[in-house]
Amino acid sequence: MSRLRLESAGVVVETTDGPLEVLAPTTLDLVEDRVALVGPNGSGKSTIARLLNGLVEATTGRVLLDDLDVARHGREVRRRVGFVFTDPAAQLVMPTAAEDVALSLRRTHRDKAVRRRVAEDVLAAHGLAGLGDRSVHALSGGQRQLLALAGVLATDPDVLVADEPTTLLDLANARRVGDLLLGLRQQLVLVTHDLDLAARCDRALLVDGGRVVADGAAGEVVAHYRATA
Amino acid sequence: MSDLLGLHRPGTTPLHRAGAGTKLLGLLVAGVLVVLASNAWTALPLVVAAGAVLTWVSGGFGPLWRALRGVLLVVGLLAAWLAWSQGWERAVERASDVVTLVVLATVLTVTTPIDEMLDAITRGLAPLRRLGVSPEAVALAFSLMLRAVPATLELARETRDAARARGLESSPRARLVPLVLRSVARSRATGHALHARGVGDDQGEP
Repeated sequence: MSRLRLESAGVVVETTDGPLEVLAPTTLDLVEDRVALVGPNGSGKSTIARLLNGLVEATTGRVLLDDLDVARHGREVRRRVGFVFTDPAAQLVMPTAAEDVALSLRRTHRDKAVRRRVAEDVLAAHGLAGLGDRSVHALSGGQRQLLALAGVLATDPDVLVADEPTTLLDLANARRVGDLLLGLRQQLVLVTHDLDLAARCDRALLVDGGRVVADGAAGEVVAHYRATA
Repeated sequence: MSDLLGLHRPGTTPLHRAGAGTKLLGLLVAGVLVVLASNAWTALPLVVAAGAVLTWVSGGFGPLWRALRGVLLVVGLLAAWLAWSQGWERAVERASDVVTLVVLATVLTVTTPIDEMLDAITRGLAPLRRLGVSPEAVALAFSLMLRAVPATLELARETRDAARARGLESSPRARLVPLVLRSVARSRATGHALHARGVGDDQGEP
């Protein structure tokens, strides 16, 4: 199990109205298998998630994966921390499903025949068997999100960070993706507005106004959020 | 519209079996020949020949129709301008050349998996590594370009529908400004996604 740590990590961005604190200096240790980040829109949840694999850099403090400083060892951190976005359309960059998964595998599988076979295996493992030659445009929303997940998990990261991965999905696909996420062997950090899904995690953080305002067992934090939102 | 430049269609024709590098080189040579050697009398037969090849390798008229549909408006405008400014012979020649090149490019994408094309581009540009060129980055840019065409068309369709829903279908501003903004936002999001997947991290690795 990896240890993700924020040490007084804060984010301030420059705007036309002056500096804006997106995340106040925050110290956290994330060691649980399943960690949920919940809270209102614009509260800073996604900023915390993006700090974890270097998509956003802390302007104060630092972020660590085990002993690796995310800001200084970005390449190594990204190999170990996968990231899934809300909108799979921005994440799928190749014309077909198998080619998109194969793109992730280019680093680890130099032989294209092997790469193709592994890509098909990865697709099958994520419920996309037989869709390898399908255009990513021809896939349903749920299939696209599963494909985005498959593309990230193909490299077998230690940690998966998912930023509202079920927000654009219908109920059935949201359940399907949620079950898949909670069943992964990887450590999971999940940003979500799906409070039922968040409650199934080991730990939840309630983020509001750029601060972690509640932190504890997922059921308790979700109940607190439901009562106070 | 989603596969304006064609999607790979598995097959057993000699063009399917040929190497991606050979086909890319062939396309380059054919492109130069078409532009330099064609005239008003050979240009149209070249279009027909290219169309016949595409129909043969794809086993139907679908990819040919989609390739033509995607460029007809632009080619029509180009032909009209050239006919007015330089005469009909020049218009026929240049407009036909554009169509031939698009159809030949579609032959390449229909017969070649993108993965093989990336490998071929990476291999072909490897000697330029000593000049500071990253073959992996060029190959990635190539695949992103192929992906960007249908993605941008999809955004244009959504933006047009949104303008219609607000009764602004005749307003160029209501259609163009959101399209530009969304295209830039989509590009940034794609950049973030590639960064998160570590795709660009391996540039320069053997």
